[in-house]
Amino acid sequence: MKFWVSAGLVFSLAVIAAATVKNEYYFFAGYTVLMFVVLATAWNILGGYAGYVNFGTPAFFGLGAYTAAVLFKATAAPLALQIVAAAAMSGLLGLVAGLLTLRLRGIFFAIATIALTVIMETLFINWRYAGGATGLQLLRPAPIWPFASYTTMLFVVMAAMAVGAVAVARYVETSWIGRGLRAIRDSEEAAECSGVPTLKLKVFACALSGALMGAAGAPMPMYLSFIEPASTFNLNYAIGALASPMIGGMTHYMGPVIGAILLSTLQQVVTVTISGEMNVMVVGVLLVVFVVAAPEGILGLFKRWKKPSST
Amino acid sequence: MVFSFELLQEAVLFGVLLGCFYAAVSIGLSVSFGLLDVPHVAHPAIMVFGSYCTYLLGLYGFDPIVAGIVLMPAFFLLGVGVYRFYYEAFEKRGSEAGVRGIAFFFGLALIVEVGLILAFGVDQRTVEADYIGKSLSLGEMRIPLRMLVAFGVALVLMLALMLYLSKTFTGRAIKAVAQDEPALRLMGADPVRIKQWAFGIATGVSALAGALLIIIGPVEPGMDRVYIGRTFAVVVLAGLGSMTGTLAAGLILGISESIVLMHFGASWAPAVAFGLLLIVLGIRPQGLFGR
Repeated sequence: MKFWVSAGLVFSLAVIAAATVKNEYYFFAGYTVLMFVVLATAWNILGGYAGYVNFGTPAFFGLGAYTAAVLFKATAAPLALQIVAAAAMSGLLGLVAGLLTLRLRGIFFAIATIALTVIMETLFINWRYAGGATGLQLLRPAPIWPFASYTTMLFVVMAAMAVGAVAVARYVETSWIGRGLRAIRDSEEAAECSGVPTLKLKVFACALSGALMGAAGAPMPMYLSFIEPASTFNLNYAIGALASPMIGGMTHYMGPVIGAILLSTLQQVVTVTISGEMNVMVVGVLLVVFVVAAPEGILGLFKRWKKPSST
Repeated sequence: MVFSFELLQEAVLFGVLLGCFYAAVSIGLSVSFGLLDVPHVAHPAIMVFGSYCTYLLGLYGFDPIVAGIVLMPAFFLLGVGVYRFYYEAFEKRGSEAGVRGIAFFFGLALIVEVGLILAFGVDQRTVEADYIGKSLSLGEMRIPLRMLVAFGVALVLMLALMLYLSKTFTGRAIKAVAQDEPALRLMGADPVRIKQWAFGIATGVSALAGALLIIIGPVEPGMDRVYIGRTFAVVVLAGLGSMTGTLAAGLILGISESIVLMHFGASWAPAVAFGLLLIVLGIRPQGLFGR
């Protein structure tokens, strides 16, 4: 109950901001932060709970974005339909990729997901209808009432998706699915022996995580009015999606949210004040520092600080 | 798409040269990941770092190959340091190292890559030497001399490493630590020191591999991302830790990539390594020469 109240509060806050704040830049930046909240939350379902490192975020994200763009080009479908189609396509990719690669463990799975990203990128570079390597210009339709501008509308849509993604992650974490995934992370053999349907659960987590990433990618072509393979399938999305849960904490659904908000806000600030290269550097350094010095992330630090006697 | 025998012949020849080079850039990973089980995603980044060091020495008039050899001891020490840190931070703590170990090396790769961008910018860099820019005519075909030089050095490097691992005492100890660590400990050897040494050698070899990389073409900081796929494809296809396998796998990748390049165009080439990798992982995860 408490969760739903705070979720509703966060969302209403986004709507109030959309109605009152006039500077477009805040929505532009806020959209990116919220997008990383969705990506990190989605990543954590497979990476944090089940312990499978996925570098393939750009593959799912990019497929979602391209699904939306191609659908828009072909039929001028409304945004909601684009998002649903993107989630379905990326979820399907997650299902297939999961079936093929989830028998692999550890680093092998991680490398296979990088492979997936590069293969998806190559496919879209060579697909003429979707713009090929040069990309595709898209003309934004007029914003739907009551929104004054399209960027503000996308911001509110992304806020709704972020709240939705966290709710999904929370459900997974607290249900038997989450318990099964955690059992897989601790010892896959033991889980299998105790009757946990390991492969089914892993494939489900992969498909769900993929679908959420695809949904997060769907508004991207409209946000930029443009889509192009090199930046859409950029490994930087993988880095953000992986670093946020590591920094925030992987065991609780709030971990990725805290990590993503901190990291992407910091990145936005660094990009504006210093340089675009420096913002990637910040992620690299924070990732290494947290992985080495605070394996449980910010949530872990907070817990230790609250109960000093237990350490 | 044109299929002709001459074109195929040229593609295969070029592929052999390229393949030997791919084997040379992967052999360090074959030791660090194949033998030592360290998820060394930063291997290509360190290699590109080696290319930039070669470039810097080249400004002082060093030949790139000499520069690569000069850099090896420094990279050896770097490797020892990196392994020591990895061991203290992850391996020693046991469990849970999987996810965080991979993330650690991923972060390291990012830091190296962005560090290079900050220091040198995103422009491509090249080196100069007598053999760069010329080519050898062989009947109808023209082979760039730089490919031949890289091929020769790669071959010598690999033979030296193979001999080292099979003939010397430390080399055999490295292979032993990969096979059975507790047994090695019972024999009175310290597995951590041997692994540290082996990781140092793997990193030292990457310095020369980096020199080869800048010999065969211009280098830019983001290049490590493509090479993550190529090097891991070679090592996995080889069967973890097999040196002969690394050479064979490098050749397979080189030839298939060059055939795809000539018949379908450059835009499909990057997917070859990853496609090969996915197929191997799906069908035969233990690789061609798996233990």
